[in-house]
Amino acid sequence: MFKNPRWILYLLILITLLFIPRFLSIHDLMLFEYGITFAIVGLGFNLLLGYTGLLSFGHGAYFAAGAYTVAMIGKYFPQAYSLEILIPAALFFSLVLSIIFGFVCVRHTKIFFSILALSLSMLLFALLFKLYHITGGSDGLRVPLPTLFGMSFKGIRRPEFLSGTYYYFLLIVFAISFIVMRGIVSSPFGKALQAIRDNEVRAELIGIRVRRYRLYAFCISGVFVGLGGALWTFVNGHVTADLSHWVFSGEIVYMTLLGGFGIFEGPIIGAIIFTYLKLYAMGNTQYWMFVIGATLIVLVMLLPNGVAGAVSSLWTKIIKKSD
Amino acid sequence: MLTIDNLKKHFGFVKAVDYVNLEIKEGEIVSIIGTNGAGKTTLVNLISGYLKPDSGRILFLDKDITYASPYVRIKLGVGRSFQLIQLFSNITVLDNVRTALFSKYGMIRRGLLPADRYSSVTEEAIEVLDNFNMSDKKNLTPTGLSEGDLKILDIAIAFALKSKLLLLDEPTSGVATNDKFKVMDSIVKAIKKEGISTLIIEHDMDIVSGYSDRVIVMHEGKVMAEGKPDEIMENKEVKATVFGIVS
Repeated sequence: MFKNPRWILYLLILITLLFIPRFLSIHDLMLFEYGITFAIVGLGFNLLLGYTGLLSFGHGAYFAAGAYTVAMIGKYFPQAYSLEILIPAALFFSLVLSIIFGFVCVRHTKIFFSILALSLSMLLFALLFKLYHITGGSDGLRVPLPTLFGMSFKGIRRPEFLSGTYYYFLLIVFAISFIVMRGIVSSPFGKALQAIRDNEVRAELIGIRVRRYRLYAFCISGVFVGLGGALWTFVNGHVTADLSHWVFSGEIVYMTLLGGFGIFEGPIIGAIIFTYLKLYAMGNTQYWMFVIGATLIVLVMLLPNGVAGAVSSLWTKIIKKSD
Repeated sequence: MLTIDNLKKHFGFVKAVDYVNLEIKEGEIVSIIGTNGAGKTTLVNLISGYLKPDSGRILFLDKDITYASPYVRIKLGVGRSFQLIQLFSNITVLDNVRTALFSKYGMIRRGLLPADRYSSVTEEAIEVLDNFNMSDKKNLTPTGLSEGDLKILDIAIAFALKSKLLLLDEPTSGVATNDKFKVMDSIVKAIKKEGISTLIIEHDMDIVSGYSDRVIVMHEGKVMAEGKPDEIMENKEVKATVFGIVS
């Protein structure tokens, strides 16, 4: 693994990230944590968009599945409110939802797939919004601090929790997610998904069961997004039905495009930039949506391969020139 | 090896394949010729499972595959290439062939170790590319290849599946005239080395007579004539209908 200089760079970045809490303010660190959770979401989302060629406008649903699993266990089963139970539970429920919704969606491709994914996520939104007595409706649910392997964080304020144990927990989960997803996309399974993306007719005629493999990709993607959702809840402290709304799903698409879906690291970079961009735009103008929209237009016109794509092609040019 | 019995496929009033009977023996290279709309590609689509017939039977290695899915046919050993090249355009030439091999060996469910770790499959993919003199282009994507190389790669993918029967739909269409024989030489060399039965749809009579053991002529969905290439070239009805030569 470490024969590849890319992995050495990854390791150096990870080591740098370990020391980040010493240099960032609590506010900036929290923002960075939002970015990391969205980076996990981006990794999952890009398996479907970048590697399987399916654009979902409904991935907020799986994010909500992960987030609501945590919040509802907190409300209804507080005795089980521990990270080592919450994370597997969030993975399980986002997988179940992905199987159900994915089974319907992967029967179609292109715009039909996108619209179906969007419709199903809005169905979940309606349920979360209307079932007030269970889900808290428009008020949502509060997310208390969890325990971790018997360690209780009672009496600790959320910012302290987030800048201590939780930051390192988040970093470990992100590193594992990164390694697993890197393995998936470069494995024979990942190659089969790329074959489906490039030419589904030919993929079928070399013996790949296209619909089944699309469903596998959909489910893995949903689980990663659900994991991101579950981790996000502890940073945010509160969940609402909006997480399953198409606007939130659109933000997942946006951050993936921003980073670049043609490059493995693209959605990670996109997630981090988007988190800061959105917050600073919201903090400085009431027309923050205009800023986001204008950025998207500039992006599509000038950097169609996203920020990571532009950096990558610049790097290739520099290498070529130096040769 | 392949027996087609009274196969019929009509599209409304168009009789694309109209009660066709034919047989292909083991190791035989058979060409199908005919005018545009004679039903050649429909016949290949029916054999490969891309279309389902209205009636009739297709037997492959004594198994009835008339309504079997393309997946089942591939697993039994029916491979095909396309008139319009069908490749995986954003992955390398090596990965185009390697993915076919992973699929053939049932390894595409393996989702954690990088594809490069399966060195035996990579070596086999390079061997397949070597057979078609393409291993030096293994790291290119199809967008960087010539039309002739794209055709060869399309066939190399079908070849990698270790098909017992290869269906080649116009393997030299779109290839520059100078390269046609070079393309066919490398394809037929690889096919003969493995003893694969082959059904070729082709318009170029030089190619047909140079590389086929037998020629089948189709016209308006029916088999009009069948025989050795030189016999077919002398057949008056074929000359008049297919080549437009009236003697």
